[in-house]
Amino acid sequence: MSGSAVLLQFLNGLAGASSLFLVAAGLSLIFGVSRIVNFAHGSLYMLGMYLAVSLSGTLGFWLSVPLAAALVAAAGLVIETTLLRRIYKAPELLQLLATFALVLIIRDAALWAWGPEDRLGPRAPGLAGAVAIAGRQFPQYDLLLICLGPAVFIALYLLLSRTRWGTRVRAASQDREMAAALGVNERRLFTAVFALGALLAGFGGASAIPREPASLQIDLAVMSDAFVVVVVGGLGSIPGAFLAALLIGEVKAFCIGLGYSELTLAIEFIVMAVVLVFRPWGLLGRPLAETRGPGTLQPPLPAPSFLLLGGLAVLLAIVPVFAGPYTIVLLTDILVFALFAASLHLLMGPGGMPSFGHAAYFGLGAYTAGLLLLRAHLPMELSLALAPLAAALGALVFGWFCVQLSGVYLAMLTLAFAQIAWSVAFQWDRLTGGSNGLIGVWPAPWLSSKQAYYYLTLVLCLGAVALLWRLIDSPFGYALRAGRDSPLRAAAIGIDVRAQQWAAFGIAGLFAGVAGALYAFSKGSISPETLSVPRSVDGLVMVLLGGVQTLSGPLWGAALFTWLEDSLSRGVEYWRAAIGAVILVLVIAFPRGIFK
Amino acid sequence: MSCKVLIYCLFIAVSSDAFGQGQSIKIGELNSYKVFPAFLEPYRKGWQLALEEINRSGGVLGRQVEVVSRDDGGTPGDAVRVAEELISREKADVLMGTFASNVGLAVANLANQRKILFLAAEPLTDKIVWENGNRYTFRLRPSTYMQVAMLVPEAARLNKKRWAIVIPNYEYGQSAAASFRKLLTWAQPGVEFVAEQAPPLGRIDAGAVVQALLEARPEAIFSALFAVDLQKFVREGSTRGLFKSAAVVNLLGGEPEYLDPLKDETPEGWWVTGYPWREINTPEHRKFRDAYQKRWNDYPRLGSVVGYCALYAVANGIRKAGSLEADKLIAALEGLQMETPFGGILWRPLDHQSTMGAYVGQLAKQGGQGVMINWHYADGAKHQPSDQEVRALRKE
Repeated sequence: MSGSAVLLQFLNGLAGASSLFLVAAGLSLIFGVSRIVNFAHGSLYMLGMYLAVSLSGTLGFWLSVPLAAALVAAAGLVIETTLLRRIYKAPELLQLLATFALVLIIRDAALWAWGPEDRLGPRAPGLAGAVAIAGRQFPQYDLLLICLGPAVFIALYLLLSRTRWGTRVRAASQDREMAAALGVNERRLFTAVFALGALLAGFGGASAIPREPASLQIDLAVMSDAFVVVVVGGLGSIPGAFLAALLIGEVKAFCIGLGYSELTLAIEFIVMAVVLVFRPWGLLGRPLAETRGPGTLQPPLPAPSFLLLGGLAVLLAIVPVFAGPYTIVLLTDILVFALFAASLHLLMGPGGMPSFGHAAYFGLGAYTAGLLLLRAHLPMELSLALAPLAAALGALVFGWFCVQLSGVYLAMLTLAFAQIAWSVAFQWDRLTGGSNGLIGVWPAPWLSSKQAYYYLTLVLCLGAVALLWRLIDSPFGYALRAGRDSPLRAAAIGIDVRAQQWAAFGIAGLFAGVAGALYAFSKGSISPETLSVPRSVDGLVMVLLGGVQTLSGPLWGAALFTWLEDSLSRGVEYWRAAIGAVILVLVIAFPRGIFK
Repeated sequence: MSCKVLIYCLFIAVSSDAFGQGQSIKIGELNSYKVFPAFLEPYRKGWQLALEEINRSGGVLGRQVEVVSRDDGGTPGDAVRVAEELISREKADVLMGTFASNVGLAVANLANQRKILFLAAEPLTDKIVWENGNRYTFRLRPSTYMQVAMLVPEAARLNKKRWAIVIPNYEYGQSAAASFRKLLTWAQPGVEFVAEQAPPLGRIDAGAVVQALLEARPEAIFSALFAVDLQKFVREGSTRGLFKSAAVVNLLGGEPEYLDPLKDETPEGWWVTGYPWREINTPEHRKFRDAYQKRWNDYPRLGSVVGYCALYAVANGIRKAGSLEADKLIAALEGLQMETPFGGILWRPLDHQSTMGAYVGQLAKQGGQGVMINWHYADGAKHQPSDQEVRALRKE
């Protein structure tokens, strides 16, 4: 690269960093104060884009940006006061479920309101052209964007450090209860912070329309970018988010400039993994203060009811006698996801380690099964038996890094590893079949009938669940829970907390691998979606829906979610929104999970 | 416990299979309606129009045709389950649909296993009829290879030496780039490829990509971008002056689904494959366009044509077979000739690919809208590799 090429790519990186920072700042602020992992942040950004594009038709671009931002802030206000306020006291991560439901609803609402076509916004009047920099043309609007990021950063910094309101916000981020005890009106503060975060998201979206068309897919893309920036910077740290946005923006621009554009598929996750391995709380983050309150109290789990499991097994075993063939197909899926959810539950519940990337092990199991069958030409039975070992191995490798962290940082590191695994499967065309995946992964002839495969799935899944339950009820399970509830006391009585957690990762990975391998043979093909973020999120939703603090909850959560998806997608036009609405109702009605 | 059992029984009651089967012919249709709505809403309107026409004229084999349509969720795993539902619960006689290549391949693979005819309407991947092709799967749209082959003569006529490539980073883009390199080098020996950019699908960092292309100083660019990526690329490229110095050949760029959002920013002079619906005035197309506009009060997109032809292909196949048995249907579809809005097509017995073509032309602006000019119809039959090559790929 010539000197001027470097300069231009540097400026491109700065423009990218600015728009990253605008989304991330709001997310960081909301997390810092209310500890809400706001999945819907990208949806608010998308809303800002669509509003700005349609408003700019009548009002012109410059007026549409602040107006769209204000409207999104108002939407944030409504969301906070009608929904989130009801569930602050619920167990941690339940808010995540609620905001996930919002993602589904907002996306379908946008489809309904604005139609399916992408909407290319106007160029910014007055800044539509380019300026010559180092003999090359650089868009004028990008120069404005480069200034906009730092301007918002300074404004936020002044707001937080120089005003009384900012002091309250900082106090609440450090210790919510202490702030409340000193007379800070928590409710009003939370509402204001959420609205401010929504305002920033809306502003980020609206100000992006000269560079980016409004489309329905943008929400999750922006959400994952924003998460990465917030975590790399350190949760709740605005300067950290700014620094992280700069880092990621520049790394991306130079990947492209140097001709490694394929790397941009996962580069931000690689950066995040590296940062978290060396700095467990992000670049400028601090260890989080412990939150106290009903949400964090974990009552001891009831002893596992093997009677329930046995009854279930008998019931399920006689289903094929009277049910039609499709019921068996659907039940096979439900059983596979029930095991997937149960394995995730070992980490999230007794382990206290939220994993946002559990699909990695599911996918590793599926891919290993497929590769052993198709590439190594092993018999299907052997492939099925060996695949979970690869998943367990993967989980042990990833888990070793993850157990050094805790809370959301740990969750995000699992996500980063899952995304890296996904991009390898996606990219390694020769081995994994790339984006198309592996085709022709069918079970052995004696298992090829739906009934035979159903019974295999039934035996393996319920057997695995029984093993998991037995493990949770064993000394290992108790040690794991002790480490979750009080790491210090657990260490004092001689429990190696990290070793327990590490083992839990391996076991959870093993069983997720069993589920993945069963899934592969039931579908006949595998593609990278088996280890993608949506698959991980599905797992989270199943566990949270059923209840983290129960044993059988994840099974019911998996059954309910899979069945909802299957039946709603058949009969309802806006079925995603319908699923979202059902989840919202359940979250508000049963904040501890439906089967608690 | 009893409450749980009750809920569980409820599941079964609701999800247990429906009884009875009418006299109508059932076609199971599945597509990712909520993931790619811009292409698939017109597609749905297309097959709905065909369905109404077919049934108005007395159906097929004296029976009415019924389409059971499902959203496949956009992932191969869900799509396979949905296809199972169509096969085993709905007792569909034929499967039809799918958009993304990975979903299409997964359903094709299932069709092969369950021995049911599957007409893949939209997927572009070469593999669905070649490497992973199977007896039960037929594909309507011109494949990635075919569309590249249609553009290569125009690319060679530009007579540029230094080419850059920009593609979305997944199988469609990769195979488009590979075919383009191969075919252009063959058509124009001595051509040089100076840069290749493969941004993630839907996530192009257009400013940086355009800048990197500029630095390579190409005389021409082959692009396989579409949808959001194409819009961002066009805007950044024209702002930064990339298209002043380089001619562009863009796969799919003239399809109304991707061209219309560009409006007055439509880059002029690009060579594209697409569908100039306004200007095609053959009787068969005029008939289709009038019927479509009358029925939906909207103009047809490419998806509309695909949906329309896909259902007619199934209906014609059943008519010719005189039966709903998969083997007879396959025999009927192999070599079937039929009329479409684009003219006559043939279903190749060799690889089950239809010879439906595409329109190749240049982009231009008219009244603030993108249109195609200087276009001609490229017949799909003429843009295929040799039969030996296809046989070798199909491993049959």
